[in-house]
Amino acid sequence: MGHHHHEESGLAAEVKKATEVAAEKCYQCGKCSAGCPVADEMDYTPSMVMRMLQTNTPENDEKLLRSKTIWLCLTCEMCISRCPMSVDIPKVMDFMREKSRYDKKVSVKANDILAFHESFLLSVEKTGKLYELGLIAAYKLKTFHLTQDIAVAPAMFQKGKLHLMPELVKDRGNLSSIFAKTIKKK
Amino acid sequence: MMTLGFYPGCSLTGSSREYAESVVAISEAIGIELKQIPDWNCCGATAAHNLDKELSLSLPARILALAEKEGMEEIVVPCAACYSRLTVAQHELNHDEEMKTKVSSIINMPYKGTVRIMNVIQMLQKYAVDKLTDLIKKPFEYKAACYYGCLLVRPHEILQFDRVENPQTMDVIMSQIGAKPLDWAFKTECCGAGFSVSQTKIVGKLSGKIVGDAVDRGADVIIVACPMCHSNLDMRRPQIETYLQRKVQTPVIYITQAIGLALGISREKLGLQRHFVPVKIS
Repeated sequence: MGHHHHEESGLAAEVKKATEVAAEKCYQCGKCSAGCPVADEMDYTPSMVMRMLQTNTPENDEKLLRSKTIWLCLTCEMCISRCPMSVDIPKVMDFMREKSRYDKKVSVKANDILAFHESFLLSVEKTGKLYELGLIAAYKLKTFHLTQDIAVAPAMFQKGKLHLMPELVKDRGNLSSIFAKTIKKK
Repeated sequence: MMTLGFYPGCSLTGSSREYAESVVAISEAIGIELKQIPDWNCCGATAAHNLDKELSLSLPARILALAEKEGMEEIVVPCAACYSRLTVAQHELNHDEEMKTKVSSIINMPYKGTVRIMNVIQMLQKYAVDKLTDLIKKPFEYKAACYYGCLLVRPHEILQFDRVENPQTMDVIMSQIGAKPLDWAFKTECCGAGFSVSQTKIVGKLSGKIVGDAVDRGADVIIVACPMCHSNLDMRRPQIETYLQRKVQTPVIYITQAIGLALGISREKLGLQRHFVPVKIS
């Protein structure tokens, strides 16, 4: 592939440039897919993802960025810990998730997962910490799962596990500027 | 009394406050005062590294920079997820000068990357192992399934903690306080972690396999060192029981609560009343 062109293009090349992970090192032993706790829920298993990157076709690149797989990956790091070639698949997943979101290609099947991450970060941006009640409220509004866990919240409150008011970081200006210079910049 | 820096992280102030309570209680008993990093923020957890790499490095960097400013050489980070995020961010910044400079400008603070980050087990290994036996008032004589989860041991190349398959550090400490640690198959399998709210059914399945194996091997108790593992195995018990199609009463407690019981610290001080699955062992 590479030596035919002056500059490599495609998702695998982007992955390599951003993460230094070389998808071509994968020789398809399948240990990652065997150990992945959510492989059976994925549209493409981790070893399939690596193979699709190797094909270096625009069609497969597009399928990956629109896959449910990248959002189902829990970053449990089991795959990398068992990979005989030390291919850092979790790093690849992080890169593809970030790109998929910025390119607005997130699978509708990942709506709830993305809504959770975004609600989580909204809480951190506003308060500096995770405000669990705020996170749940924001998540419910985003997903409309209004009645989910309705029985758990009172029990958590009774056990002293839920704050009604958030704990605030004092230097919130510093926090909002961190968000402005990173995730909000793009 | 010696003093160590302390990063509780968000869960330990809310849904896992009993982890904080028991960490503080046993630290006190072994002569360690934990001093919180002033004005600490959230580490960004799974959400940040899923959505934006620079954010996922900057949030931990602010925490570590504040610890440096305070002159802290070592910080204790009981939450396995925070421990992993802080350690991974520090490692990545130490291996990428350009990014280190960029992140320092993003957080608008000097950042050196020199603070030593320890999980609770490392703190115990370093400062308590030789004292623990003498302090035991009531041996914790139960069959215990020590559950490490993901983020305490992985990524191994960066964390360099314990063995990545069949880790032993928690088992060793549990034996020291009188428990009988079990051999079992799900020590380092993922519980479903951050999917607790967004993919509750998957959490029921993954956590169900873990709890099921521990129970089948005769565990009286499951021992954890991570707030996410705890809430999935404890608070998500109804989903676990649906997956397993049977009732399971086996409690899940933090290793610090087990140690606290052995040291004779009161159940209330250790927060044992805060769990969803009642803790009947003592």
